[in-house]
Amino acid sequence: MPHDHHHHDHDHDHDAHALLPSDPALRVKALETLLVDKGYVDPAAMDAILDFYQNKVGPQIGARVVARAWTDPAFKAALLADASATLAAEGLLGRQGEHVVAVENTPEVHNVVVCTLCSCYPWPLLGIPPTWYKSDAYRARVVREPRRVLAEFGLDLPEGQAVRVWDSTAEIRYLVIPMRPEGSEGLDAEALTRWVTRNSMIGTGLAERPA
Amino acid sequence: MTRVHDMGGRFGDGPIDPAPGEPLFHKDWHRSAMALTLAIGGAGEWSIDESRYARESLPPKDYARFSYYEKWIAAVANLALARGLVTREELAAGATGPAPGARPLRAETVEPALRRGSPASRPGPAPRFVVGQRVRTRLPARNTLVEGGHTRLPAYAAGHIGRIVRLHGAHVLPDSNAHRLGEAPEPLYGVAFDAAALWGASEGAGDEVMIDLWESYMEPADD
Repeated sequence: MPHDHHHHDHDHDHDAHALLPSDPALRVKALETLLVDKGYVDPAAMDAILDFYQNKVGPQIGARVVARAWTDPAFKAALLADASATLAAEGLLGRQGEHVVAVENTPEVHNVVVCTLCSCYPWPLLGIPPTWYKSDAYRARVVREPRRVLAEFGLDLPEGQAVRVWDSTAEIRYLVIPMRPEGSEGLDAEALTRWVTRNSMIGTGLAERPA
Repeated sequence: MTRVHDMGGRFGDGPIDPAPGEPLFHKDWHRSAMALTLAIGGAGEWSIDESRYARESLPPKDYARFSYYEKWIAAVANLALARGLVTREELAAGATGPAPGARPLRAETVEPALRRGSPASRPGPAPRFVVGQRVRTRLPARNTLVEGGHTRLPAYAAGHIGRIVRLHGAHVLPDSNAHRLGEAPEPLYGVAFDAAALWGASEGAGDEVMIDLWESYMEPADD
């Protein structure tokens, strides 16, 4: 903040972006060029960031965690007791997933995750969030009418199953452990990974037989 | 007292498009916006709390019309100006020369930095509340240090009674850190709220909303 007092918000600082071109593609390019020319951004670092999220992390990481939890009771117990320590030991924490809590779906409780205040999401486990997760409609509605929202994803919860909506207001990221589906008996963790959908780990879907 | 981002429970947003099979990025500039935001973030000029505050401080008309990555880019521009990295003239017309003290995130440190992240846990005071305790949240939801400042108590949960379900340890307090007033770590708790009490009615018996809240957001709820 440009002033040395802290009692008022500085609303005049919040429209500097309007100095940039209004077209989004031109706007990003102008800001990128400026920050690179000033020396604050290395273009090679931008390439490395994209490579990391396109090729090294994504929902396949979370799926492996869930499949292992389904097949390894000690791992599942550790995950539910202290997911941060358990995942740290596997090297699976990281930016926007420094602290993790795993919540298990049961016939009694279905868990679903949101960030109503912004778009907090467990990036090291699920990668870049989908558009719907970041949408105003999801953020506004799922805390108040989760069953109607889940129905829009094709998921109709039975009446006896309570819903817990986790609003990610702090630096704790939530991973839903979906119920292991019928028909997956006897499969090993590697095969089960394909049954774990991204949405099942957010709570807007169930684990399901791969297509 | 609240800002445009604080939309939990709002009516009128319409249906959600689950868009199965959507690509990671819909447009090339989305890739650039994501990578640019993380690269400048990795330079350490501001914290995640300052980033969030910059996004939610966009004028409401901009916040509503901007797509996700447009909000990110606008916030980076505003933060770069506020931190003195660039001038208004440079935002309008381009760089007038390199900044002598610039220390960018380098490509070879990207993966270690992303795998390390920035943990928010800190040594801090012992928790005042215990699991199972009933608490009442601050009303209205507001930053008590800075008028109109950053807070992570959603307005929909302000003034409600919840139940402590988990102790997360002490974490950086966003209300302070977003305004460069220090990390001021406080105990952070998982708190359960009865959906019927929050909304007046719930869709199902036993439905709950679980929110992570800092100790100063809450007082003991005496029956």
